[in-house]
Amino acid sequence: MKKLKYALFTGCTAKQSTPEQMMSTLAVARKLDIELIELTEASCCGASHLQDYDDFLSLVLNARNIAYAEKHGLTMVTICNTCQLNTAMTKHRLDRNPELKAKVNEKLAEVGLEYKGTSNIIHFLYAIIDDFGLDKIKKMVVRPLSEFNIAPFYGCHNIRPSELHDESHKQKENPYNPTSLDDLIIACGGMNVDYEEKNKCCGFHVELQAPHTAAVLTGTAIAGATDQNADMMVTPCPLCHLKLDTQTKSASEAIGREVSLPVLHMQQMVGLALGCSPAELGLKHHVTDVNFV
Amino acid sequence: MSTNKITTQKVNFKVFRFNADEDYLPYYEDYSMDVTSEEVVLDILNRIKWDYDGSFSYRRSCRHGICGACAIKVNGRSTLACKESMTTMIEYFGNDLTIEPLSTKRAIKDMIIDKGDFWEKHAAVTPYLAADIDENPTCENLVSPHDAEELNDADLCIQCGACHYACPVVEINSDFFGPAAFAAAYRFEADVRDSDSQRLIDVNEEKQGVWDCVKCFECAEVCPKDINPIEKITKLHQMAFKKGVAKNNVATRHAVGFLHSIKKHGMLDEGGLVLYSEGAHIVKHIPVALQMFRKGKIVMPWNMPKSDNLDEIQKLIKSSSTVKF
Repeated sequence: MKKLKYALFTGCTAKQSTPEQMMSTLAVARKLDIELIELTEASCCGASHLQDYDDFLSLVLNARNIAYAEKHGLTMVTICNTCQLNTAMTKHRLDRNPELKAKVNEKLAEVGLEYKGTSNIIHFLYAIIDDFGLDKIKKMVVRPLSEFNIAPFYGCHNIRPSELHDESHKQKENPYNPTSLDDLIIACGGMNVDYEEKNKCCGFHVELQAPHTAAVLTGTAIAGATDQNADMMVTPCPLCHLKLDTQTKSASEAIGREVSLPVLHMQQMVGLALGCSPAELGLKHHVTDVNFV
Repeated sequence: MSTNKITTQKVNFKVFRFNADEDYLPYYEDYSMDVTSEEVVLDILNRIKWDYDGSFSYRRSCRHGICGACAIKVNGRSTLACKESMTTMIEYFGNDLTIEPLSTKRAIKDMIIDKGDFWEKHAAVTPYLAADIDENPTCENLVSPHDAEELNDADLCIQCGACHYACPVVEINSDFFGPAAFAAAYRFEADVRDSDSQRLIDVNEEKQGVWDCVKCFECAEVCPKDINPIEKITKLHQMAFKKGVAKNNVATRHAVGFLHSIKKHGMLDEGGLVLYSEGAHIVKHIPVALQMFRKGKIVMPWNMPKSDNLDEIQKLIKSSSTVKF
């Protein structure tokens, strides 16, 4: 197989509040011999909030990020569900609306860039599953996670709206019964936990303006996984991770029940199974201790 | 013409049953049926009533996806029964299907729920055209095709409630208007003939308004008319800024804060955004922030990462901004 090579859009949390997500992404890429060219010029995607304020500006900035991936002639890989949504949504709208695309390109031309629509945009989870292949991962596992019940937490912005995500995926993900993360858990030797909240919202986006709603959603998700005997949760989204890992106190208070589970980034789980060290995967950067390694 | 062969398969249904007048608790009844690829979910409800139990109750009327009466939940997914094909349901969930009302806690009898909360929220957004109409018009009050497009299909809503009862915020926060009411609000806010000045203010209020939307896209996923309520919610946010009714509060500052951060760093300054949004209320985040700091999750202002070619980003912000706050 030809060596896989992508343009990496890190997003902002990987450089700040979830350093372990950046570390584990690079560690897994090294193990799988995937080449990642970091888009150091990229700006924040607006995290689905900037567009509430200024839709056109949000389009221009996201189109600029994609234009840099296109310059490399590479598929853009994201490591955050919300980055994935915002970037893919921009691509979707520009590719279907020549007039809007022209308007955006008029702005990008001022800085010598052009959005063409030539790069696909996928989350690293799907790069691993669709492009690298689960069977190959399975063969490379040196430390199967067979002792653990692992609860997948998919994160809204990788599975909804499904019409949008179907455009970038090779295999459809059913938003009501998603399987990619479950399949990856199984490939890593773990037991996948089925629970009602696995495809639900963590509440991250209203943490400041509606803290009670956000905390109830987080608490309910952790409780749901706990009640199905999960030893840990795993998520492809650093924003879900922040919520589930750092906000257990408010979540517990909101649902009137003490909840807390170690939460792995999808990359950390794969890294552990492939034999990466806890240090390489940044496991010490979790607020809820990862106590099983 | 393509001739799709009709196929049949066995499906096990677990059906929610409850009669508020007689039952203390709801229960589930099992039915096993051969389902053909031509059937829709409503056909199954009819067969349960006609072939198994005449007391089984559900709302239905038009059978053409226009009256909005027959929305229920299949395996937790809001579904307009007369429009949803059984083939899709089996594809989504397999051959064991659970049939429930849109909201089990609002059930009156089987699939029939008290939709009072839905209608109350709907009524709260002034869901009609507020305009000074000449009582003796001499010509038609026409809307240009371009202006009509601004409604973005929001006028196609059939008030079935599928999105309302799929919304996790509606479930938690009883003040929240919900996606259907927001779509209705947008339908009139986007209408060039409308002159209501209170509606947009109301849908931007804290607790009840659009700022409490968690952006989960459940509403967009379930809408049987493809209205995409969250797209309308986004547009209501934008309208509030454009029309100058956005209040200066934590929610609006949270949106605007992204712009300030991107202008300064290209990337988001996480701590700076919380400070800008919360102001003095940032103190309540200190306990968690300290925990995060100890785990190396907080970057100090002097170490804030910056995007390469930041000048490009700043130039684009200058030339492409369309809103002021």
